[in-house]
Amino acid sequence: MLLTLLRARLQPYRALLAVVLVFQAAGVVAMLYLPSLNARIIDEGVVTGDTATIWRLGGLMLAISVGQMVCSLVAARAGSRTATAFGRDLRRDLFHRVGSFSTQEVQRIGAPSLITRTTNDVQQVQMLVVMSTLIAVSSPIMMVGGVVMALREDAGLGWVLAVVVPALVVAVGAVIRAMVPSFRVQQTRIDEVNRVLREQITGIRVVRAFVREPEERARFGAANDDLTAVATTAGRWMATMFPLVMLIVNVTSVAVIWFGGHRVDAGETSVGALTAFLSYLMQILMSIMMATFMLMQVPRSAVCADRISEVLDTEPSVAPPVTAVAPDPARRGHLDLAAVGFSYPGAAEPVLHEVDLAVRPGETVAVIGSTGAGKTTLINLVPRLFDATAGSVRVAGVDVRDLAPEVLWAQLGLVPQRAYLFSGTVRSNLAFGSPGASEEEMWEALEVAQARDFVAALPEGLDAPVAQGGTNFSGGQRQRLAIARAVVRRPALYLFDDAFSALDLATDARLRAALRPVTRDAGVLVVAQRVSTIRDADRIVVLEHGRVVGSGTHTALLADCPTYREIVDSQLSAEEALA
Amino acid sequence: MSTQQSGQHSGQQFRATERIEAPQGGPGPRHSPMGGMVGQKAMSFGPSARRMVARMAPERAATLVVLALTLASVAAMASGPRLLGHATDLVFRGFLGDYFADTPADRLPGTARAQGVVPGVGIDFDAVGRTLVLTLLVYVAASAASWAAGYVLNGVVQRTVAQLRREVEDKIHRLPLAYFDRSPRGELLSRVTNDIDNVGQTLQQTMSQLLNALLTVVAVLAMMVWISPVLALIALVSVPVSLLATKAIMGRSQGQFVAQWRRTGQLNGHIEESYSGHALVKVFGRQEEFDRAFAEHNDGLFEVSFRAQFLSGLIMPTMMFIGNISYVLVAVVGGLRVASGTLSVGEVQAFIQYTRQFNQPLTTVASMANLLQSGVASVERVFELLDADEERDPTGAGEATAPLRAAAGVRAGEVAFEHVDFSYDPDRPLISDLSLVARPGQTVAIVGPTGAGKTTLVNLVMRFYELDRGRITLDGVDIATLGRRELRRRTGMVLQDAWLFEGTIRDNLAYGRPEASEEEILQAARATFVDRFVRSLPEGYDTVLDEEGSNLSAGERQLLTIARAFLTDPDLLILDEATSSVDTRTEVLVQQAMAALRADRTSFVIAHRLSTIRDADLILVMDAGAIVEQGTHTELLAAGGAYAALYRSQFAG
Repeated sequence: MLLTLLRARLQPYRALLAVVLVFQAAGVVAMLYLPSLNARIIDEGVVTGDTATIWRLGGLMLAISVGQMVCSLVAARAGSRTATAFGRDLRRDLFHRVGSFSTQEVQRIGAPSLITRTTNDVQQVQMLVVMSTLIAVSSPIMMVGGVVMALREDAGLGWVLAVVVPALVVAVGAVIRAMVPSFRVQQTRIDEVNRVLREQITGIRVVRAFVREPEERARFGAANDDLTAVATTAGRWMATMFPLVMLIVNVTSVAVIWFGGHRVDAGETSVGALTAFLSYLMQILMSIMMATFMLMQVPRSAVCADRISEVLDTEPSVAPPVTAVAPDPARRGHLDLAAVGFSYPGAAEPVLHEVDLAVRPGETVAVIGSTGAGKTTLINLVPRLFDATAGSVRVAGVDVRDLAPEVLWAQLGLVPQRAYLFSGTVRSNLAFGSPGASEEEMWEALEVAQARDFVAALPEGLDAPVAQGGTNFSGGQRQRLAIARAVVRRPALYLFDDAFSALDLATDARLRAALRPVTRDAGVLVVAQRVSTIRDADRIVVLEHGRVVGSGTHTALLADCPTYREIVDSQLSAEEALA
Repeated sequence: MSTQQSGQHSGQQFRATERIEAPQGGPGPRHSPMGGMVGQKAMSFGPSARRMVARMAPERAATLVVLALTLASVAAMASGPRLLGHATDLVFRGFLGDYFADTPADRLPGTARAQGVVPGVGIDFDAVGRTLVLTLLVYVAASAASWAAGYVLNGVVQRTVAQLRREVEDKIHRLPLAYFDRSPRGELLSRVTNDIDNVGQTLQQTMSQLLNALLTVVAVLAMMVWISPVLALIALVSVPVSLLATKAIMGRSQGQFVAQWRRTGQLNGHIEESYSGHALVKVFGRQEEFDRAFAEHNDGLFEVSFRAQFLSGLIMPTMMFIGNISYVLVAVVGGLRVASGTLSVGEVQAFIQYTRQFNQPLTTVASMANLLQSGVASVERVFELLDADEERDPTGAGEATAPLRAAAGVRAGEVAFEHVDFSYDPDRPLISDLSLVARPGQTVAIVGPTGAGKTTLVNLVMRFYELDRGRITLDGVDIATLGRRELRRRTGMVLQDAWLFEGTIRDNLAYGRPEASEEEILQAARATFVDRFVRSLPEGYDTVLDEEGSNLSAGERQLLTIARAFLTDPDLLILDEATSSVDTRTEVLVQQAMAALRADRTSFVIAHRLSTIRDADLILVMDAGAIVEQGTHTELLAAGGAYAALYRSQFAG
């Protein structure tokens, strides 16, 4: 998964990667050349006492050092560019992919998780790319180059390489193999500790109200001990790595001097070559170590890559039509649901079953039912936040699946259950509904939504700041602003999803009265729990377990729909007592 | 690493802001976040780092062992090249001895003579072998000591971090509730999770390396001076040069890093908004606009993070270059000195190796600077939390004993407010001179507009906050002397915010009474209509609730919290908008259940829907922190005051 992702995503940066490759290679070659120059200084200069040669070779070494640094800089620049551009592209594609999702996919993966995937996970993989351009490229070159140069210095000692390199790979590999599972467990235990802490903080009142501090402490203590135990294990392995590698490296250098000494004695090699061989050996071993450290990063990045790929590979369940049909202008404000059903994939019980419903311009149709009756799902079918799994939903006479999404959405004014506002100002939130709206239109909409007074009372008026989500407004105010946002659009079809729940009944009544003239030419679909909100609707549809169990006016339903009567009884008995 | 860190911070922040509900009765906290607790302070690197080191005091013995072992290992590691160099010299001498075998001793070149070459005497492999065995032993000892040091240090670090985590968790239970109101939840979560993780990682990654690097520099320097003071001076020049170069680069990259975090924050904010308002963005046709803004943030982040990455990527090549220069200089000068007979070849070879060993820790320290800075910043935030003022009498070990519940054989539970003043914020008095009495077994309903102080009132009964003046008594005993534990043990509370933890439904129900029997749990579940929907779940009571609680509806979650309180069988029951998310038909059923639950115990009920509280023994109408009316439903209606007006407005149809 990680490899596939990297291969596909780095494709556009082949040129830059080639630059990284060439310059890293050049840099490494320069670096590898230095020990052999050093050897020549000893052999040609020191041994013969030739000062001029020492100076000449020294100058050459310096020049090569400069060249090596320049190569490193160019490679670092190209590498940084590649990695950060890779991250940028990945974030962009994720963002666009999520934009194409329907509510179903967003719900399934979860908005917080999607956010983490678009930000942190991309960052993790990007880090791997950064490290790769630095290490993954230079390490193998350094290793191969090191082997070649070392053999050139003294092929007779080549067998030392043949023993040491595999030994190091095996030793380091063994430690990593032992360490990686610990790291994985450590990560899940960190998550566990963090979860307990998060629960304690979000539920602090409950914890205190139920006097559960001792149990919570114990619960945390257990999680903390588990984490510490595995972190200690992982840390021990980590602490083993460095001494182990150093031991192998050092034993090898001792061996080289011993066996090399005999070769010098036999006249098969020079002392300078021996020194150079030792230097190359160090470089080979270092490159192996660097590479293994990079490999340690891989498992973590692989998890992130999997999570990213999952998003990129998720096909939106709601796709725009191949050939869009134009809405029928004569049926503006029409909404028709015919035998509509909806079930989640794999669920035993459908959420909606055989629902029929029609809204005409100037009409208000209400849907009522208990929690979980399928009301919100029903309303979400209209803007195609979900697609019906049976039957058809038609807006302006056309099946919503045949309408171009922009055309469909332009007809709708949605007020969701959770009144979410965007950060900015009251003005920017109203303009969200209708970018071209004039100030006057905005105040009108606020007036209808019974929000004029409190917005006018704000010192900045329309330019009053709105925090993300609208948290600086009370629930009722948020709801009214969300209604104003829909009203300012003057849509052909209004969709209110339990949008009056936070309003007191008087405000609720005034708002509904103010809406009436505004919606004269528009269809209105209202989902509610409160009978008082919908009793004046032209038609009330009673949902129970996803099925329509009654439809008609308030009076008619009172007469012949027992479910409706139960709902009414549960709410209006007080009023009857009053009357 | 720190990149990811910042992402997590804002990610957490988002999830938390989503859930934050300001305390209903207290308009204060949300609008006046206390300074000092929120936001990033300027860093004071030194004191915080020192304080963290001081925290390792209990590990003093272990730390000394680590120091001794590291010193031993470094010393051994440092003497290795010297010994190897000596071996090389033996080889070289023997080689030259062979080479000049036919040359009379007095005709030898000066260099050879200086090396102690004796014509005709070849390589003394016995001497070489002895030296090498010694070297080998030294190296093995060095690795062993290094491993032992790492092993012990690892324990020190892990125990210290575990202790830090324990203290932070403990602190959570001792902080006054007001602290949680004041600090944005995401911010707090970030401190107890991300920051502590970061501290742990920083300690784990830097401690042993820093220690090693520091001691290595000293030891290697000593060896270098021993071999050749002149060459040591040359090598030493690289230190200030390296420091200056690192400082220059980091000065530039720091600005880019700051810009990168800022950009990352902006981008994360935009992504959070787009994803949480996903449906709205689509239906209101704003996708293009959001895409555009995203592209702008995304490109901006790319530009700065590229620069930051590149600039910080300069450090390594620069350090290597400086290292190479000193390497070349050492080789040249060393070569010249061998030629002049002042140094042996082996010594030069050793010295070259030392130069490498000397430069490496410098590079290591330079590359860890960022990590260290980020770790200290985190530990400072954790310390801020640990230093926050604690709740008075946090242990809840009150002096007063539990008043006479069992003694009289009847339930007690008289609650009285006597001239109570309270405010969240001294500048905005909320409740002033409030007095009331709730008789044992009475149901007291509290109504009034948002912000009137209803939730505050019940919070005071629970002693979640301390009074400014006056007192609250439970059966005649001041609750301030009663001890929180005892007080809360006798109280059952159902909150608006249906908090459940990740665990099975059964465990969640038994939260208030872990020792409850299966039968008791089932009975509570049946009485509160929880049983009905739990049975329809495939796993029943073993269904594991996830953290987001997405597998239950809001109404079902609320029912669970009602059942949870039911099971504790308290003397005093507090229901704060307990049925606001339950649909009305279910609510009627729950009301019946709660009526039974309330029958013989004192209850405080806060409700929006007036229909649910008509039977209350006492209705308190609150406005702006004061009780403006009190009486029964009939009395208040007859009085024709605020309650009557409120009641009519609700049923104006």
